[in-house]
Amino acid sequence: MYISMNWISDFVDLDGIDKKQLIHRFTLSTAEVEEVFEKGADTYGVIVARIASVENHPNSKKLHLLKVDTGKDLVDCVCGAPNVREGMRVAFATEGGSVSGHPISAATVAGFVSHGMCCSEAELGISADNSGLWEITDDIPLGTDIKDAYQIDDIIFEVDNKSLTNRPDLWGHYGIAREFATLAERQLRPIEAADLSVYDNLPEIDIKIEETRLCYRYIGIKAENIKHNVSPVNMRIRLYYCGSRSINLLADLTNYVMLELGQPMHAFDMRKVQSIEVKRFDTPFTFTTLDGNERHIDENTLMICTNNTPSAIAGIMGGLDSEIEDDTDSLLLESANFDGVSIRKTSSRIGLRTDASMRYEKILDPELTETATKRFIKLLLDIAPEARVASKMTDRYPRHYEKITIDIDKPYINKYTGIEISDEEIVKTLIALGFGVSQNGEVFTVDVPSWRATKDVTIKADLIEEITRIYGYDNFKIETTLSPLFPVRKEAIKTDVNRAKDILVQRYNLNEVHSYIWCDAAKYKELKIDVPENPRLINAQTPDHATLRASIVPTILTFVSENRGFSDDYGIFEVGEVVEGYGADGLCVERKKLSFVLSSRTASEEVLFLRARDIITHIVTDIKHKDACYLDAETKFNWQHPRNTYSVAVGDDVIGVFGTVHPQTAGKIDKKAALVYAEIDMDTLSGVAAADISYSEPSKFPAIDIDLSFTADIEKVDFAKVCSLAKDAGGDLLGSVKAVDVYESEDGNSSLTVRFTFVSAERTLSKAEVSENVDAVISALSDIGLTMKTA
Amino acid sequence: MKEKISSLKEQFIAEIANADSAELLEAIRIAFLGKKGYITDLLKGLRDVPNEDKKEAGQLINALKNEVEAGIADKAKSIEEEALLGAIRSAKKYNPTIPSNAKSGSYHPITLIQRELEGIFDSMGFTVEDYPEIVDDYSCFEAVNVPKDHPARDMQDTYYIENGQLLKTQTSAAQNFIMRKYGAPLRAIFPGRCFRNESTDACHENTFFQMEGMMIDKSISISNLIYFMKTMLSEVFQRDVTVRLRPGFFPFTEPGFELDINCQICGGTGCPSCKNSGWLELCPCGMIHPNVLREGGIDPEEYTGFAFGLGLTRLAMMKYGVKDIRDFNSGNLKALSQFKNN
Repeated sequence: MYISMNWISDFVDLDGIDKKQLIHRFTLSTAEVEEVFEKGADTYGVIVARIASVENHPNSKKLHLLKVDTGKDLVDCVCGAPNVREGMRVAFATEGGSVSGHPISAATVAGFVSHGMCCSEAELGISADNSGLWEITDDIPLGTDIKDAYQIDDIIFEVDNKSLTNRPDLWGHYGIAREFATLAERQLRPIEAADLSVYDNLPEIDIKIEETRLCYRYIGIKAENIKHNVSPVNMRIRLYYCGSRSINLLADLTNYVMLELGQPMHAFDMRKVQSIEVKRFDTPFTFTTLDGNERHIDENTLMICTNNTPSAIAGIMGGLDSEIEDDTDSLLLESANFDGVSIRKTSSRIGLRTDASMRYEKILDPELTETATKRFIKLLLDIAPEARVASKMTDRYPRHYEKITIDIDKPYINKYTGIEISDEEIVKTLIALGFGVSQNGEVFTVDVPSWRATKDVTIKADLIEEITRIYGYDNFKIETTLSPLFPVRKEAIKTDVNRAKDILVQRYNLNEVHSYIWCDAAKYKELKIDVPENPRLINAQTPDHATLRASIVPTILTFVSENRGFSDDYGIFEVGEVVEGYGADGLCVERKKLSFVLSSRTASEEVLFLRARDIITHIVTDIKHKDACYLDAETKFNWQHPRNTYSVAVGDDVIGVFGTVHPQTAGKIDKKAALVYAEIDMDTLSGVAAADISYSEPSKFPAIDIDLSFTADIEKVDFAKVCSLAKDAGGDLLGSVKAVDVYESEDGNSSLTVRFTFVSAERTLSKAEVSENVDAVISALSDIGLTMKTA
Repeated sequence: MKEKISSLKEQFIAEIANADSAELLEAIRIAFLGKKGYITDLLKGLRDVPNEDKKEAGQLINALKNEVEAGIADKAKSIEEEALLGAIRSAKKYNPTIPSNAKSGSYHPITLIQRELEGIFDSMGFTVEDYPEIVDDYSCFEAVNVPKDHPARDMQDTYYIENGQLLKTQTSAAQNFIMRKYGAPLRAIFPGRCFRNESTDACHENTFFQMEGMMIDKSISISNLIYFMKTMLSEVFQRDVTVRLRPGFFPFTEPGFELDINCQICGGTGCPSCKNSGWLELCPCGMIHPNVLREGGIDPEEYTGFAFGLGLTRLAMMKYGVKDIRDFNSGNLKALSQFKNN
């Protein structure tokens, strides 16, 4: 929103105050100012002058040769404007002057010397009108500096609309002026308004509010015999500087009052609208708004009607049929207060956000409707004295906000702020902002003004904000707390995730990524990955992104596909959330997963597979000091390899899955690379109780290593079982069992070499001493199909 | 005898001078000091020396023995030194600038910045909490004082799931849970991923990280809030930052603030990054709204607190100079594999 300092100065005397400094304070105390513009600063040396004579240019149809009367002398000027004529009074830029930054000097135009320039409004930057010269119709002596005649000099600043969301009172200049008055410690002047009680004897307007739930207040008044239809220059300049555009007097006045007070107004052509109904329709229909667009009106849309004929979408935009036209000389003025939420919803539904709807959304003060009506009539009668008020100010006010009074005490303020603000300062600030304050000992009883009482200020903390923002946060002394200390512990899962990440990055050189929580159906399709049946978003950006992911692996596979060529041998991982369908309670089952994919063009798939196994084992043993075991598992997704899919368990808890990628998908990703994936459920892993580190005193006596080779079907043998069986059978002296060599051959002679280490804590063992134990082990292993190879 | 001793001495001096290896030296040692060596022979020969000369001869033999031992030790030392010098001279000189084949992994930049911030708050006694991404209307909105009809609840801002749940739009969704879990007093931070339904470009993402923090105690004040923000940000940027507070509106705070820091790029003099204002808007914060405390089971008359939200993604962009926010979720290792520190 653009704010004019000239306009502000109508309401508060800022003489002698550095205005830019004040605007800076406004940012720190009220709302963010995004930009400050000095309008008119690069225009000077422009005066009011009269075109004394006009001659055609001998060589140009467009150009004319003028004598311009500056009040002192006649100056030659070459002019190309289409509307130039003798006797016209114009803004004339003199030699040595400047028009919007363009220096004016004597110049030869098509063979004739021009000693200045007649200006259009656009050239002077006071409107967008560049169709011809600006004709000055006000009675201003020739030679008068244009900037003395009109408010071309102004400081305009843009306030970030978002920072005004919660301040319905700041959507007009008067509310902003109240802030400036408070900050500058100057008096805020009252609004000059018409006394409408003198028209109380005139007839009422027929106004019926059928939908009182959505309309707090509706004021109407009629005026007629309005012969003026162009707004005064200063008004037009202000409207333009503030981002509006001059249309005609009546439309301009509604905009002007809105920009001044924040109250949207609508002017109906009285020839078409004489009575008002505020209502909804049960059956939808289309309605043409004054911008010429057809709008779909549904049963929730509040409409303004005359004799059941819609003439405006309440609070958003008027209809084309009842719009003020250039020949309108009578109007029915609406100054109303509608339900902000309903306006917002309608506006967003029909995709039409207007200056009016934007303000209503903020929940305006219904009291403002009356002030605005009186202000409008005052301005109208000042500008068009011939106009007559043709009705009583008719006021329907079915819904009132409750008056808000808040008690707040000094200790509370001190506690909340952490500093000491004096009683005088508190009272002065609140009163300047329009609050009523009475003090009783340490307690302030504060009446909230109507313009802050629609939602904005309701509790003590709101008053603290008013007091502190004016006091200035820069003036706060900064202090640490006196809070007692107590130990804190990170959530176990946070620690576990951090450790797992460190292992992956630091030891196995994987690269961490992040991806979206939804499946990317298009990318999945390229890799022949099915989008799973899973909870869906109802308002995804595209239907392709609607299904929430059930696993992170597919996304990582798409990343691997996109990173082809990054490295011959690398891995990617992500720790993130997935959804495993709906639970029994109907809620999404959200799980935190750690997922990784290894890709290698140098290592075989088997080597890569075992590397993934090592990584998982490492994570589990590092975090839980327990062993992971791996079991054949069914596939759940079509990208998993039907033969090489394994579940990972720690004790009885299944904590994840790993394996190779289905050849159908793997082939789409990188034909030359081996791929393996793993996905660990961090929630489950975190829930597994960690074992203590187990320690056994090393023996002081030498151990005996006995290596035995067995024939075995390597694909099927369960190494974990081999070790545990052997240990059970080998007795107390069998210290450890370790597979040291695997030999795979295609002729069925694959073999496995196991090292059995016998050790005693008391003595040095001899081979003979353990031969019985060795026999027991050999016999136990033969039971699971491992026959010892005879050398 | 005397002549024997002195000639042996001369012989030793001559032999040791020529001994240039450990092996030769050992041969000399055995010849002179061995069980059957010259010195032993001399000692044996003492028997034949007249008694009156025995003492002197014994001393001379002993002197010789000491001399031989010392001579061998000296020579052994010098041979060893010579050998080491030789080994050093002949050693290969390596080149540390030869290209490395060592691989290294990488962390996501958000992980790095998150760990850094967690460390700072950890050191100030804040617990670090984790919270789901799929939440309900109550925790995301109602519990944090966002009224039923607030625009934030609109479909254009929030991703809704078929069952009525939603993807959390803000880390504040965890506030209620944490207040109920710990009660007051309380210090916690809770980083998390948030979602907003908007189209993406270089500056906008629908999926981004925030980190929120809360501190609640019997007399937490605005003054404390400014202290913690300033301290935290000074730690983040590893230098003293200047902060300023402006009024900002968030339903869950009262008063609410926008916190700006002096632009870390130009130092506050004005540059394109800070739109010439010298300030960067960094961190919405404020005193926790009494309704939010009450909803979390904490009496707002007894306790006050502050809360703040940091855009981790934005902070990472600032800190590492990432220009396109979409890089974070791109999976593009050319970009992401550069984050190796820690």
